[in-house]
Amino acid sequence: MLSIYCPHCAEHRDEEEFHYKGQAHIARPSDPDKCSDEEWGNYMYFRANPRGIHHEVWVHALGCRKFFNVTRDTRSYQVFESYLIGTSPSITGEQGGQPS
Amino acid sequence: MSDNPASSKEQYKAPITDWTGVADGVTGRSPLAHVGFDELAQMTPSDAPVQLREYALKGHLTLRCNPEDAAQTAAFEAVTGLALPTAPLSSVASSDTTVRWIAPDEWLISVPASALFSLQQRLQDALTGHCALVDVSSGLTVFELSGERAVDVLKKCVPVDLHQRHFPAGKVVSTGFAKASCTLRRLNDETFELVVRRSFADYIWLWLQDASLEYGLRVEN
Repeated sequence: MLSIYCPHCAEHRDEEEFHYKGQAHIARPSDPDKCSDEEWGNYMYFRANPRGIHHEVWVHALGCRKFFNVTRDTRSYQVFESYLIGTSPSITGEQGGQPS
Repeated sequence: MSDNPASSKEQYKAPITDWTGVADGVTGRSPLAHVGFDELAQMTPSDAPVQLREYALKGHLTLRCNPEDAAQTAAFEAVTGLALPTAPLSSVASSDTTVRWIAPDEWLISVPASALFSLQQRLQDALTGHCALVDVSSGLTVFELSGERAVDVLKKCVPVDLHQRHFPAGKVVSTGFAKASCTLRRLNDETFELVVRRSFADYIWLWLQDASLEYGLRVEN
């Protein structure tokens, strides 16, 4: 069971209150009409699958129902930090999951 | 496929004695009307260390607005006489109004059903800018769980730390309650208020009976 800090509720809660919502920091192409199929396909479907530090979106589904980002190690499941959407992580890994 | 649809229809329309007037001739019914809290209140032991009470058919409003908009917070305070609780997980209450923090831009306001319509109108008139005020009364019901073992019962139900140091009176958390959802507020040492979905009321009532079995439960009315 992970204990995750919700930056909106400002306290730690159990994992069962949260849902995982995938990789964080995926920027939508500014002009989708000018994207090649490959660029659009990469944006829509292809996600990093790093072994190590991963930045990901979580939602406090049973609590405040707000989204936020989490930095987690995919090897140990250790959660390093929670930070608000639109801000940058303070912990970045050498392997994958880099903010774009 | 009943042989006698008329009789089942009659049964459905059998006299109901526990309707409660809400306002202006509109009637509502507690989601636990079938349980018969009146009778249970007479039957359950008077010395049980857990007590349960339902406050059905209260008025509930969901307010979405911007806590950094001074005009909105001032308008709210002018109408309700209560300062909007902007600190996470906090609440404010007067004798008949409770305002609970739900999210940074969302609050749940509870008032007696008779006061709901006028409060909604006054808030709608007073609030300006980007905001929303929705009557959610028909979707919610309120339980009050109290007694010296109420905390022990809740420990079986919610995944939050209920220690006084971490969960003092006045604190509000929205969390899971035995896989349903609930907004839990501590009123004092031994009293908790649960705002739950009306459609889950029966499930939660059954769950609470089971969870309090080892201590003893008194139903109050």
